Amino acid sequence: MNYLEHIGKYFMMLGQVFKRPQKWKVFRETLFREIDDLGLKSLGIIMFISFFIGGVVAIQTALNVDSPFIPKYLIGFATKRSMILEFGPTFSSIILAGKVGSYIASSIGTMRVTEQIDALEVMGINSLSYLVLPKAIATLLFYPFIVLIAMTLGIIGGAMAGYLTGLFYSVDYINGIQLDFDPYFIKYALIKTVVFAFVIATVPAYHGYYVKGGSLEVGRASTQAVVWTSVAIILLNYFLTQMLLG
Amino acid sequence: MIEVANLHKSFGDAHILKGVSTVFEKGKTNMIIGQSGSGKTVFLKCLLGLHTQEEGTISFDGRIYSRLNIDQRRLLRTEIGMLFQGGALFDSLTVEENIMFPLKMFANKSKKEMLNRVNFVLERVNLPGSNKKFPAQLSGGMQKRVAIARAIVMNPKYLFCDEPNSGLDPQTATVIDNLIQEITAEYDIVTVVNSHDMNSVMEIGEKIVFLKDGKKAWEGTNKDIFITDNEAVVNFVYSSNLFKKVRETYLRESKL
Repeated sequence: MNYLEHIGKYFMMLGQVFKRPQKWKVFRETLFREIDDLGLKSLGIIMFISFFIGGVVAIQTALNVDSPFIPKYLIGFATKRSMILEFGPTFSSIILAGKVGSYIASSIGTMRVTEQIDALEVMGINSLSYLVLPKAIATLLFYPFIVLIAMTLGIIGGAMAGYLTGLFYSVDYINGIQLDFDPYFIKYALIKTVVFAFVIATVPAYHGYYVKGGSLEVGRASTQAVVWTSVAIILLNYFLTQMLLG
Repeated sequence: MIEVANLHKSFGDAHILKGVSTVFEKGKTNMIIGQSGSGKTVFLKCLLGLHTQEEGTISFDGRIYSRLNIDQRRLLRTEIGMLFQGGALFDSLTVEENIMFPLKMFANKSKKEMLNRVNFVLERVNLPGSNKKFPAQLSGGMQKRVAIARAIVMNPKYLFCDEPNSGLDPQTATVIDNLIQEITAEYDIVTVVNSHDMNSVMEIGEKIVFLKDGKKAWEGTNKDIFITDNEAVVNFVYSSNLFKKVRETYLRESKL
């Protein structure tokens, strides 16, 4: 099957996913479960990585900006910008593509090969809407919060790095954070996050839902899902940056 | 009653079903048998609406499936219970949640009413008290019984079973066979069983449809199967020496 066929099939799948849930009560229950599985359970790793990434960005900037003509507050400024513009939305999304993407593809793929999806269809349930819609809504609702937390913790991580290494003063770092703050950058980051969240939920779901074979194929689908979700995020990041900041 | 007329189904160049016609009657255990690759599973999936046939009709008590709109199909599917080969229980749900699932989706009942119904069907399949267990904590036979409970929880008019005995020991297989037959008679439903297991065929096959190379090669009852001279059926059913001897004995005794 060529790429165009896959893209066409993916959009046809979306047509089935975004249909009115058959039972709102069941949808609500599933949505909360997905927020827990896909959102809350990913919070720890994102917090951990963001904190240290912020620290590393601050240390790297401090070590590379040793000219007396460059003010030290630029370390805080660069860390803030990096975390808000790229590390927060894009880096976190790539991590989530790995963690959540493989989970979605393998769980739906296993349901496919063990006939659980057929069981849903035989019962008269729109299996795509039942399985994928709550995941998509959960990621769309929750990932902006995760990214906001990632940005904040990254910036705090930078401050902590300065405090622990003594490479720069906290007061300079705080001045840098406050310098030239543009709220539009937050909006830009959140728009990107929402788009990436949609990709993280639906691309792996596509790979899992249409898997054929057994456990080996589920494993392959899971790997493919992570690869293609990451590729889609990187490409979309380029186009969104061009569109929103260019 | 399910009436199948001139059913054709292909996948690419492979013509799997070549004009199958038959009738599955109410209150009877109807069985589809045939060699691997004869089209049994495709036939069953066509009956369930999981595959769309190119030609022919499937009628559920006069309702021709291909002519129904989406809402009518959905309604019809609530009248269908299905027992999959591997059970197809939802791994993330407990036994109780698995059985309650169709009720939650389609029945407007209170939690208490749903729970009562779940407990009733669990007792019917001889698994009371296993509500809070997960499928992974159950044996193969128990999983099959939970799957039967889920299939009958909505009081279906049509029950389909795909290889209900696969992977089960002979004793458990007999329990499942008897359960299917009892439920069929008790609820007066149309039951269609896709099976390889000749014990089941002889035991509960009140109507047997034999498929060969995508065509109906023979049909009859579990009594007719002893006396048929259809070469394809005889070669398939009596492929083991034990069954050959059983048939010879039966024929000899019936002549006496």
